[in-house]
Amino acid sequence: MYDFEYHKPTTIADAVKILAADPDAKPISGGMTLLPALKHRLNKPSALVDLGGIAELRGVKREGNAIVIGAMAKHYEVATDPLVKEAIPALARMASTVGDTQVRNRGTLGGSLANNDPAADYPAAALALGATFITSRRSIPADDFFVGMFTTALEPDELLVAVSFPIPEKAGYAKLRNPASRYSMAGVFVAKGPAGVKVGVNGAASCAFRQTEMEAALSANWSADALSGVTQSPDDLNSDIHGGAEYRAHLVIVMAKRALADAG
Amino acid sequence: MPQVTVTVNGQTHTVEVEGRTLLVELLRETLRLTGTHVGCDTSQCGACVVHMNGESVKSCTLLAVQAQGAEVVTIEGLAAADGTLHPMQEAFREYHALQCGFCTPGMVMSAIDLVQKNPQGLSEHDIREGLDGNICRCTGYHNIVKAVAAAADVMHGKRTELAPAIG
Ligand SMILES: Cc1cc2nc3c(=O)[nH]c(=O)nc-3n(C[C@H](O)[C@H](O)[C@H](O)COP(=O)(O)OP(=O)(O)OC[C@H]3O[C@@H](n4cnc5c(N)ncnc54)[C@H](O)[C@@H]3O)c2cc1C
Ligand code: FES
Ligand code: FES
Repeated sequence: MYDFEYHKPTTIADAVKILAADPDAKPISGGMTLLPALKHRLNKPSALVDLGGIAELRGVKREGNAIVIGAMAKHYEVATDPLVKEAIPALARMASTVGDTQVRNRGTLGGSLANNDPAADYPAAALALGATFITSRRSIPADDFFVGMFTTALEPDELLVAVSFPIPEKAGYAKLRNPASRYSMAGVFVAKGPAGVKVGVNGAASCAFRQTEMEAALSANWSADALSGVTQSPDDLNSDIHGGAEYRAHLVIVMAKRALADAG
Repeated sequence: MPQVTVTVNGQTHTVEVEGRTLLVELLRETLRLTGTHVGCDTSQCGACVVHMNGESVKSCTLLAVQAQGAEVVTIEGLAAADGTLHPMQEAFREYHALQCGFCTPGMVMSAIDLVQKNPQGLSEHDIREGLDGNICRCTGYHNIVKAVAAAADVMHGKRTELAPAIG
C-alpha cells in the first residue's frame, strides 16, 4: 500500500472541504472495499478522509412513509435495526447476506452504494425500492444514481449522506452467491411500493439495472406465474469463469421467482 | 507521523504509525502479538480476526489509525492470568478443532463474537453461516462446528463444564 495522509473530520462540511481542496483525496467509510484495493496498489490517493467520526452520517429514522438510513450505517446495523426489520424486512434480510460477519461489522450502506460494484447487493434494492440518495449537496433518484460499472453520479467532493427508502407494501430478495467470493452471481430485488412494481437486478451485468419486462408482468399479476413468459436477454450480461451470459440470464428469472417467494 | 492510542488486552499503548499501517501490523510488528495471523491479501480468510470494541473485525482490513481510542482483544487476551483457557479455546482443544492451527486464532475470535451475539442459542447451520468469514484449509470444519456448539453451552450457562468430546 502506498502511504497517504489521514484526516478524521467530525462534520460533513469539513470532510467536503478537504476533498474539494485535494482532487486525489478519497473518503473511507468501512474500508472493506477500499483497503483491499489499496493493498493491491490499484489506487493511489494522496489522503484518506475517514467518515467514521461524523455523527451526521449515522442513524436510522422513519420520515413519513420512508426509512432514512445514514450512509455510515454498517451492514450489521441495517440487518438488525428494529425500524428496518419492521418496515422493510427484505432490506434487513438482504443486508444480513452481504459478505460475512466481519465484513458486515465494518462495511457500510454508503460505501457499498458509492462504490457501485456490479455484484454488490444494495444497488438492486435501491432501484427496486425507488430510493432517493441524499448527498452533501442534492437529492438524486436511484434511477439517476448508478451510472455504470463502479461509477455513480457522485462528484469526487460529494458525499453520500443518507438514503431514503420508501416503505413498500411487499418486497423480497434472492441471489445466487459465488461460493468463493461470496458476491452475487445474479440477484433480484422485487418491490411493490408507492410508485408501483419495480425489479432491480445485480451481479448479472456491468451495473445493476431495472428489469422492466418483469415490472410490467408483475404489475398485472404479482405472482411467480406471471414470470413464466418473461425473457431476459443475455446480450450485455457478464460472461466470466464463473458463468456465461446465457446462464446469468437464466439465473435472473430463477432469482426473480425466489425473490417473489421471499416477498410472500 | 500519526499517533494512535489503543488498548490491547487491557494495556494501553500510544505509538507512532504511518497512515497506511494496518491494525494487524501494529499488533504483530510493533506490539509483537503474533498470535493474530495474516492468511490472505483479499480480506477473505479471517485468520486476522480480533475484537474491536466488542465486535469481531478483520484486522488486516482496518487502518491502525481507525482503531484510535478503541479496546482491542486478541487471542493472547483470552486466557485468564493463571493460564486457564477461555471456554472456546478449551473446546477447540477438546474437540480437536485444529490441525495446523493457522486459522485457529481468527476462528476462536469469530466464534466468541458469534456466541455472544446469539444468547438464544445456535444451530449447527447458524454456526456454519456465522463462521463464513473464516477459512480453514485443514479440518473440514466439522470439529470446529462441534467445538463452537460445546463452548456455546458453557458460555450461555447451560453447562458448567465442557461436554467431553468422547464419552
Ligand atoms: C470478503 C468480502 C466479501 C464481500 N461480499 C460482499 C457481498 O456479498 N455483497 C456486497 O454487496 N458487498 C460485499 N463486499 C463489499 C462490502 O459490502 C463493502 O463493505 C462495501 O462494498 C463498501 O463499503 P465500505 O463501507 O467498506 O466502503 P469503503 O471501502 O470505505 O469505500 C468504498 C468506496 O466508496 C467511497 N465512499 C465510501 N463512503 C462514501 C460516502 N459516504 N460518500 C461518498 N463516497 C464514499 C470510498 O471513497 C471508496 O471509493 C464484500 C467485501 C469483502 C471484503
Ligand atoms: S488476513 Fe485478514 S482476512 Fe485474510
Ligand atoms: S487448522 Fe490448518 S488452516 Fe485451519
